[in-house]
Amino acid sequence: MKNDLNAAVGFEWSKVRTLRSMQWSLVLCVVLSLAFAVLTGAVVQRQYAHKPAPSSFDPISAGFSGLRLGLIGLVVFGVLIVTSEYSSGTIRSSLAAVPRRGVFYTAKMLTGGLAALAVSVTAAVTSFLLSQATMGDESVSLTDDGVLPALIGAVLYTTMLCVFSMGVAALLRSSTITMGILVPLFFTVSTILTNIPGVGKAAQFLPDQAGGLVLYRHAPQGYVLNAWSGLAVLAAWTACAAIAGYLALRRRDA
Amino acid sequence: MIEVRELTKYYGTTRAVDGLSFRIEPGRVTGFLGPNGAGKSTTIRAMIGLDRPTSGEVLIDGKRYEDLPRPLTTVGALLDARAVHGGRSVRGHLAGLARSNRLPLRRVDEVLEMAGLARVADKRAKGLSLGMAQRLGIAAALLGDPAALLLDEPVNGLDPEGVKWIRDLMKRMADEGRAVLVSSHLMSEMALTAGHLVVIGRGRLLADTSVEDFIKGNSRSYVLIRTPEPERLRGLLVTRGIQVDDGPDGSLEAVGTDPRTVGTLAAENRIAVYEVSPRTASLEEAFMQFTADAVEYRAEQGAAR
Repeated sequence: MKNDLNAAVGFEWSKVRTLRSMQWSLVLCVVLSLAFAVLTGAVVQRQYAHKPAPSSFDPISAGFSGLRLGLIGLVVFGVLIVTSEYSSGTIRSSLAAVPRRGVFYTAKMLTGGLAALAVSVTAAVTSFLLSQATMGDESVSLTDDGVLPALIGAVLYTTMLCVFSMGVAALLRSSTITMGILVPLFFTVSTILTNIPGVGKAAQFLPDQAGGLVLYRHAPQGYVLNAWSGLAVLAAWTACAAIAGYLALRRRDA
Repeated sequence: MIEVRELTKYYGTTRAVDGLSFRIEPGRVTGFLGPNGAGKSTTIRAMIGLDRPTSGEVLIDGKRYEDLPRPLTTVGALLDARAVHGGRSVRGHLAGLARSNRLPLRRVDEVLEMAGLARVADKRAKGLSLGMAQRLGIAAALLGDPAALLLDEPVNGLDPEGVKWIRDLMKRMADEGRAVLVSSHLMSEMALTAGHLVVIGRGRLLADTSVEDFIKGNSRSYVLIRTPEPERLRGLLVTRGIQVDDGPDGSLEAVGTDPRTVGTLAAENRIAVYEVSPRTASLEEAFMQFTADAVEYRAEQGAAR
């Protein structure tokens, strides 16, 4: 059983390694993060070059603005690693080789999750440090209060959103539909909802909003959730998506 | 040995396979024959656990496919549709499959060689011709050196050389004691390779018999006669209890007799004949006739109910 899972993970890893689209999505994550980190740093530095920053300025949150955008690469990766099986028909040879769907799915989630974790660490740490380095006087360092926990939280945040995307993709099977739902949800809709009075209170429980609280020094005013309870909410979302994806895979014809 | 037991599969409300039972024995090529839409692909997909049966099961040496350890070493399957990501190289696809079943990587080169794909090993799958893609599917099926091969319409898209290759391969595999199932909607293809036939129509078993018996039982043999005096000769034949049908261009078709009887009879009665020759309806005709009868029979049964 353990051998089978090892072999299945090797299989999944070879699938990631032999497809350019997946590697590009991971590279995209890192490149976008770094590019936006430098840009944010430069803007902050110019803005506050001759006057002190207001007390509301949050250098931690500003340091993650690159990662917030780079996240899109991880979402694309999570969706593709699952849906490329269906769009290409590879799912048939994959399941013929690994017919136990629990083993197949676990291997896929592990591979995708570990790749996302590795890329998240790279993107989060390098982009954060780069933005702080370009921010000038307003920057914080790793040893400052709350910085290291925020970095760890950020890595967990992007990794879990990638796994969440994989679960949703396993449920929906189509890359177009999955991206059509997830990309607007993560990058526009939930921000809009958060800013509508009344709805905003509920919107903080959306997976990206709840998990994203860890990217701030302090949770915004009026929020029920804080950084760690927000991550817990995201973890619950991720678990639900992963289980739903598994149930869909187990039940349906390939 | 693969055993299909009372397999039934519905897609929504459409019944694709209906209480199907048969066995695939080792050491011979079993032809899996039926018109398009008869349920052949569904049955093969159910055999390797891709489709969940509505009821019934398929057992491979007494086990379900999901319960086989390293399944590619027991069953190799080629499905009718492409099952490769276009962006992946030929070798990359096979190497991944090899990893999944803990097969040595040297098997990849062996099957590449065997399937005539060594030259395109590093090409991406989307650049392959239909014939080459089909060979890649067959290479994947052979990867685990399996005891049973399931091939769904393997000659599709192959050039004549490829067709001959797959026929020889199937025979060789069966001679080595493996079980080989090959599906087709062409009877003539089966006659060249299969020793045993499983015929299905509308998801039900119509025949499970040797190719020889199927041909004997379903093809119509007759003597074709061309004569300037067809009516006289017809009369003589009929009085001897021989059934005579009208053939094309005023010829006669005498069923259940042989050229010698017809020739002697004509000579004794001084009837000139231009042609007296034994004919057998082609396998394709036999198959069409057989499935048409079976479908019609079922339609009648349905109406009577």
